[in-house]
Amino acid sequence: MNITEKILARASGKTTVSPDDVIFAKVDKVMVHDVSGPGVMKVFDKLQKQGIDTSKLHDSSKVWIAEDHFVPSAEKVSAENIVKLSNFSKKYDIKKHFKYGMGQYGICHTLSHEEALVNPGEVYVGGDSHTNTTGALGAFACGLGHTDVAYVLLNGEIWFKVPETYYFKLDGKLPPHVMAKDFILKIIGDIGNDGGAYNTMQFGGTGIDEMSIESRLTLANMTTEAGAKNGIIESDEKTVQYLKERGATNATVFRGDVDANYSKIFEYDASELEPTVAKPFSPDNITIARELSSTELDKSYIGSCTGAKYEDLLAAAKILKGKKVKIRTEVLPAAISIYKRAIKDGLIEIFLDAGATVGPPTCGACCGAHMGVLAKDEICVSTTNRNFPGRMGHVESQTYLASPQVAAASAVTGKITDPRDLN
Amino acid sequence: MIGNVIKYEQDNIDTDVIIPGTYLKIHDYNELATHAMEGLDPDFPSKVKDGDFIVAGKNFGCGSSREHAPIALSTCGIKAVIATSFARIFYRNSVDGAFLLPIEIDDETYQKISNSDQLEINIENNEIKNITKNETYSMKPFSEIIAKIISAGGIFKYKK
Repeated sequence: MNITEKILARASGKTTVSPDDVIFAKVDKVMVHDVSGPGVMKVFDKLQKQGIDTSKLHDSSKVWIAEDHFVPSAEKVSAENIVKLSNFSKKYDIKKHFKYGMGQYGICHTLSHEEALVNPGEVYVGGDSHTNTTGALGAFACGLGHTDVAYVLLNGEIWFKVPETYYFKLDGKLPPHVMAKDFILKIIGDIGNDGGAYNTMQFGGTGIDEMSIESRLTLANMTTEAGAKNGIIESDEKTVQYLKERGATNATVFRGDVDANYSKIFEYDASELEPTVAKPFSPDNITIARELSSTELDKSYIGSCTGAKYEDLLAAAKILKGKKVKIRTEVLPAAISIYKRAIKDGLIEIFLDAGATVGPPTCGACCGAHMGVLAKDEICVSTTNRNFPGRMGHVESQTYLASPQVAAASAVTGKITDPRDLN
Repeated sequence: MIGNVIKYEQDNIDTDVIIPGTYLKIHDYNELATHAMEGLDPDFPSKVKDGDFIVAGKNFGCGSSREHAPIALSTCGIKAVIATSFARIFYRNSVDGAFLLPIEIDDETYQKISNSDQLEINIENNEIKNITKNETYSMKPFSEIIAKIISAGGIFKYKK
């Protein structure tokens, strides 16, 4: 069995599973945030009216809460949702609630790795589509809606159809100025935005072995944009080390069988990859950055679970050091822990000296919520994950998805810029 | 189940146009309904009638896990979305939350159905009757688990 099958077999108490089997998997970790949390509470209200007991969770020690989409509270409805979340964690005795303004907090997917909340081999579900991100640690990580998350909270398990697995093999090391973001955009462009639908997208090969954990997280994160059920990378010593540094005590290497089956294998040569951009209005609408060098921009946005991890900020800062931005540029570190490191290492000073604005951790404008949403006709290059119409604000705004290096180089020139071409 | 068609000849109708991100903070179903399809067709809430069906192309509901999407459509009165394929979270949210039926059809059937056609959906025999055109099409049967959850009335009523 491959790693996804092995995890789902263990979680469903079976010795073996195959694609298309329907199983009920015991869930090891559950996440809700300030959008899905109140959604789950609404489901609980409906269930109570139907006479279903919602007074106790199956196991509140497995649950954690993030405040990320509309924080710091953008207006009163969002503020009320935050109050509801606080009441929820108090009522159900949920200890791991990362509150903004109270130490560590950040985007839910970023916390999953920064706080070592999920271990290799576990089943982790969250009320957010980019839950796939955490599969980069070797877990089965999958996004669900409010009703399904409510079911997991009350029953500790949920049904899955065992997915087929597509294996993306990367040979060699990424060239200078080419990032994991470029690789995943290339893949989505190749297979289309439903090219991984209902399936697992697994990454491996020497290029993945070489990659940092944060780069691997970028790959798994955007498997959602190809419609995948989960993205996954087999854990190794690097994964375990990363988690131990962040407080994990029981993280161990978990891998699939060496003779595992994959329904399709896609092979990529790292040396052939280039800075890549997804044009409006779909993540699969890709081209190389150099093709777009005449595209004038209004804004550069360096944020989100996809593109504001420490490594992303470091890559952007290296480009912005000693330069000035030509367009509005926003940098929003994805968690307080990353923000603090960026201050300590001088990255925030580089951003501010370049003229960029640095904001607090939040999903913010990535999902068109607040903190820098786009006006009609505004054009933005962004390190985020989606560029559907209206995704970052007005339905007639435009978003070009790119790596932190491309977003930083473009901030300097005001046009979409391949970092290799920046003087 | 009989209803009239609102057809969008478009693939990849995503959750950001079904219910834009700015409304994710809202959890009142009736208020969400007033913003359904706002990113694609702002007139949708005023023209949709209780019992209507949406017909669209492939990968309907791609994007976010927001349950607001099937909630907004079903609160408007949509009883089924008929598409050539669905994104997975929209599909399972529709079924597990018992909001609406996600019905898969082939390309040929998609081409034959027009806006405003009156259809009768019969999930017992996987048939769609086009009353306006006097034609009958087949739909892709639900998988066993999906059929059972639909017939139970959602995941909470489903008994393993």
